[in-house]
Amino acid sequence: MLLTISTAYSPATDLGYLLHKHPARMQSFTLAFGQAHVFYPEACTERCTAALLLDVDAVGLVRRPQGQFAENFALAQYVSDRPYVASSFLSVAIARVFSSALSGKCKDRPQLAETEIPLSARVSILPCRGGEKLLRRLFEPLGYTVTAERHTLDAQFPEWGESRYFTVTLENTCRLSELLTHLYILIPVLDDEKHYWVGEAEIEKLSKHGKDWLTAHPEQESIVRRYLKHQRSLTREALAQLREEDVRETAETVQAQEEELVEKQLGLNEIRLATVTETLKKSGAKRVLDLGCGEGKLLRKLLAEKQFEEIVGMDVSHHVLKIAQERLNYDRLPEKEKKRLHLFQGSLGYRDKRLTGYDAAAVVEVIEHLDISRLSAFERGLFKFTCPQTVVLTTPNIEYNVKFENPHAGNFRHKDHRFEWTRDEFQSWATSITKRFGYTVVFHPIGPEDENVGPPTQMAVFSRGS
Amino acid sequence: MIIRIPNPSLVLLIGPSGSGKSTFAHKHFKPTEILSSDFCRGLVSDDETDQKATNDAFEVLHFIAAKRLAAGKLTVIDATNVQVEARKPLIALAREYHYLTAAIVFNMPAKLCQERNEARPDRNFKPHVVRQQSQQLRRSLRNLKREGFRNFLYVMSTPETVEATHVERQTLWTNRTDEHGPFDIIGDIHGCFDELVELLKALGYKISTQSDGNIVVEPPQGRKVVFVGDFVDRGPKVPEVLRLVMQMQKADAAICVPGNHDVKLVRALRGKNVKLTHGLAESMAQLEKESTEFKTQIAEFLNDLISHYVLDNGKLVVAHAGMKSELQGRASGRVREFALYGETTGETDEFGLPVRGKWADEYRGAAMVVYGHTPVAEPKWVNRTINIDTGCVFGGKLTALRYPEKELVSVPARQTYYQPTKPLLSEPDKRSAVETQQTNSILDIDDVLGKRVISTRLHHNVTIREENTITALEVMSRFAVDPKWLIYLPPTMSPTETTSNSSLLEHPTEAFTYYRKHGVSNVVWEEKHMGSRAVVIVCRDPETAKRRFDVVDDTLGICYTRTGRRFFDNTEIETELLKQVKAAIDKANYWEILNTDWICLDCELMPWSVKAQELLRQEYAPVGVSARVALNEAVASLKTAAGRGIDVQAILEDYRQRAEAVTGYVKAYQQYCWQVQSIADLKLAPFHLLATEGAVYFDKNHLWHMETLGELCQNSEHNLLFATAYGIVDLTDDTSQTEAIRRWEERTEQGSEGVVIKPLDFIVQGERGLIQPAVKCRGREYLRIIYGPEYTLPQNLERLRARGLSHKRSLALREFALGVEALERFVHREPLSHVHECVFGILALESEAVDPRL
Repeated sequence: MLLTISTAYSPATDLGYLLHKHPARMQSFTLAFGQAHVFYPEACTERCTAALLLDVDAVGLVRRPQGQFAENFALAQYVSDRPYVASSFLSVAIARVFSSALSGKCKDRPQLAETEIPLSARVSILPCRGGEKLLRRLFEPLGYTVTAERHTLDAQFPEWGESRYFTVTLENTCRLSELLTHLYILIPVLDDEKHYWVGEAEIEKLSKHGKDWLTAHPEQESIVRRYLKHQRSLTREALAQLREEDVRETAETVQAQEEELVEKQLGLNEIRLATVTETLKKSGAKRVLDLGCGEGKLLRKLLAEKQFEEIVGMDVSHHVLKIAQERLNYDRLPEKEKKRLHLFQGSLGYRDKRLTGYDAAAVVEVIEHLDISRLSAFERGLFKFTCPQTVVLTTPNIEYNVKFENPHAGNFRHKDHRFEWTRDEFQSWATSITKRFGYTVVFHPIGPEDENVGPPTQMAVFSRGS
Repeated sequence: MIIRIPNPSLVLLIGPSGSGKSTFAHKHFKPTEILSSDFCRGLVSDDETDQKATNDAFEVLHFIAAKRLAAGKLTVIDATNVQVEARKPLIALAREYHYLTAAIVFNMPAKLCQERNEARPDRNFKPHVVRQQSQQLRRSLRNLKREGFRNFLYVMSTPETVEATHVERQTLWTNRTDEHGPFDIIGDIHGCFDELVELLKALGYKISTQSDGNIVVEPPQGRKVVFVGDFVDRGPKVPEVLRLVMQMQKADAAICVPGNHDVKLVRALRGKNVKLTHGLAESMAQLEKESTEFKTQIAEFLNDLISHYVLDNGKLVVAHAGMKSELQGRASGRVREFALYGETTGETDEFGLPVRGKWADEYRGAAMVVYGHTPVAEPKWVNRTINIDTGCVFGGKLTALRYPEKELVSVPARQTYYQPTKPLLSEPDKRSAVETQQTNSILDIDDVLGKRVISTRLHHNVTIREENTITALEVMSRFAVDPKWLIYLPPTMSPTETTSNSSLLEHPTEAFTYYRKHGVSNVVWEEKHMGSRAVVIVCRDPETAKRRFDVVDDTLGICYTRTGRRFFDNTEIETELLKQVKAAIDKANYWEILNTDWICLDCELMPWSVKAQELLRQEYAPVGVSARVALNEAVASLKTAAGRGIDVQAILEDYRQRAEAVTGYVKAYQQYCWQVQSIADLKLAPFHLLATEGAVYFDKNHLWHMETLGELCQNSEHNLLFATAYGIVDLTDDTSQTEAIRRWEERTEQGSEGVVIKPLDFIVQGERGLIQPAVKCRGREYLRIIYGPEYTLPQNLERLRARGLSHKRSLALREFALGVEALERFVHREPLSHVHECVFGILALESEAVDPRL
């Protein structure tokens, strides 16, 4: 990874004073993750270029002691772009190697450090998540002329497309400390990644280095968000500090906005869960199963209903069960409530004795995550072995998808959906269940029903026996 | 006195404090067999005499007793047990686990007990305590027999008797595990004498009639008949059948268990009031002509039959109406009832016959259970059970199961001797074809969840940790193909030990040394293709797929990855691939040669980029392009500086080398990529012929596999199938090894991934157990993809050389053993759950944390 800084200020070799590095020598520095070398490819009165060559030790990163850096996927790989690209490693190197220049100090040429001079910086490989557009939106408002060359992933395989890497030249007439500060903050922002844990200390860095220019930057919000690794509370705090606002007030406003957004988006889910809960209540069930309970949104509703004396949440993912447990505050529930709720891992493809003897089962937005070929095992597991009196089952109605603004590729609503059914398909499947397992079925629409394409969600309520 | 107690059983020592129970117990039983109330009191309260702790102590005692009985262990209760309330729960416990109870009573003079107590510092009972206990004992004595100690009650009244007593353990009558067969197990006969003789002849038994009219049966070498009972009723020649069977049992040519009809006949013969229905009238009429002596003999013979037998080290159980696993080898009224009548739900069907319980559907025991009782048209394996009553007396046939061969032999009934209440092929029976298979393919969550111990024929027990089954359940449920197809997953493979050659990580020499050290003299090397592992199952036609794999869709087979996922999202490509493989098999005539209608192959599918497209775009190519640009810029910059006379030579040289390494890296991954637009761009390289109908090929060496598959590849018309290069290396011959190394160097320099080195034989057991079935030896250039572009720089290599292989190797062995086990079980038609547990185990082991670069 190479960063060069050039100037055409005369005498250009004064750059050496500003950087506090002698143009005639090469200097090396040892860092926690490798080495940095500073040398001057050119140094004459007309033009002087300083190079910061960062040598990240790839093998050392993988074999580092645990906890030294963040548990980042790329850092655990020998095959990693980290040694080659401009990233938070470069920011750390700038702060270490050019610390006085970064803070605008210069013992030998104090005046010059305060002077705006023609500067240009070249970053050999800069990863830009967000492309050239973002690159320009970050630097151009700060007065830079941006030249960017994008690299193809592999010339031999043009079908693989472009990479997210650019060779970038930034030109501006400004103080050296400004240039370094901009690079220091904006390189990790473009990379959208950090090699260390991000916490409160990061906000301080941001206000220290950004107070002069970040307040007025049109991309302020995205810069802060990315710099703080998308941690919402940190971002709110940092923005408030920058705008010198009262933190609490801001937090409240943000929350209110968020809620509004959620209301709009989750309307359907809310209706669905309410309908399912109501249907279960009407069935008279006391002991109920939520099969494929996910993070426990339905469980929360069921817990609120005293009619349900025993509630089981089962999911195939141990991980989401843990989340459900947290969201439902399981550990802090009163002993009596705790006894009402059981969470365990299981799979609908297997016969499971733990599930027998319940009055009703909810299977909400689950079957579309199963491969069609494994549906028959699910049917037997649920309707033959578990065989509750009532089964409430919902699944998307594919016909309704035409009404969505951004249909996904493949026309399913979720990447993991293996199928989505029309109303006819769903109803003929459900009817075949009734014949094979001795159930009756009634269908209900969920959500706003369209005249032509029906409701967004379809629900079948099965009852055992006729 | 000799005390005979059944082993296992629950033994109660009964007597007041100080009567000598503990001393006796320690003399005759193992310390772990004795559960003492005093000891349990100590466990819960630190004080063996603390009477306040009595309730807790007995809770603990009952809990341990229950665990021991569940595990089938002899258990001796060392407590006073003088009160009926104390004995009752223990007797109930023994019944719950279907074990007999024995009582050993210490009816010593109260004075003696008192003296002994006084001599012990830790006993400070008041005299009235012992006196009271003695009284309670005396009151108990008359009722003990009725309480549940009918057959095993021993009372000792003097210290001398106690001293002179021996304890003898008797194995349970049902335990005949030392009988190893081979057996011919014959279904319900019901007086069908002619068919029985015919069947015995068909099984190779020589039958001759002696001058006195007695029939003598001479079994073929070492074989023995096992009858599942119901000798009598309904059929024409009940006395003849009984005479033959009794004679065979006497001559130790047959083992018999009783049927419900036999038991009823005994009651009728003994003058009990029995309704002469269900063909009993016929038996009684036929026996009318027989002598009283013969009838007494019959009654004795039938009455003495033991409910069921556990044979051949517990691998075989024979009972008339079947036997649940938790009842096998146990003795209680309920066990006998189950053996005679099976499990009934209490309901009756439309013919008025009892509805049978579904014990066989849920059977998960290790022993094979052979039974009869309910006539079926065709015997069908359900889990590990089979009903061989084919209704001979109803005009069906008389069937024998040969064990351990698992072959069925039958002779047709000569006529319908008795009209069945419901037709033989009535409803419950029709379910056989479709539903039996479905039953066999039911997977239970208990088959996979929690910590698992799977016994394998190659590598003993393989333990799967719970945290791994948790991960595997999700992967299996969300991403894997239908478990019915998933009969195998390939094991992980370890690399060679790190080579002593300091400029490389891997080299064939270490593989040769490893195998030589384990006594292998010949190894094969096979080219390691850089693609993605694929398991391919191809059937002769979709009907075979439906029949053998019980799948519903109209497919010819499947192609799945090493983690059990469908290889192609695009079903058209999969269908075309399967068709082409089938065409090659057709052309090579392997269906006939291998006598099969399906084949399972272990393959590598190329190019790598088919499956690794995302990985290439997200990881490999970005590293290539960023490294190339960054290093070239650095080199250029350093050169300019050097031109100015700055001393950067060392760094410049270093960066030049690094730039070169990156070029090598890009070249390395590029070689394994090409654009795939249709099936014509794919290459499938099979290297193991894993299994076909009824056969696995782990007994064939790798030469056979390569030759057999090589021929298959030649028959591939569209060049889909790709023969793998291979060769044999003689580990005792230096030239042979040098030549192999030369070829490895040549190949890997040209970009080949490397080779896999395997012992010539598929499975090799070394002195200390199974040895690695294969090790990989990857080329220097290829390893850039694994260890990073610049791994070859000396400062990197030096650090990378430290890598531990032992975990990887142990995983490789366990997964290999499970894979072999899964296929063995599948080809031997074991229920799906038994196959699935192995495959699930492999998937679970794959989630163990092990260096992914190995």
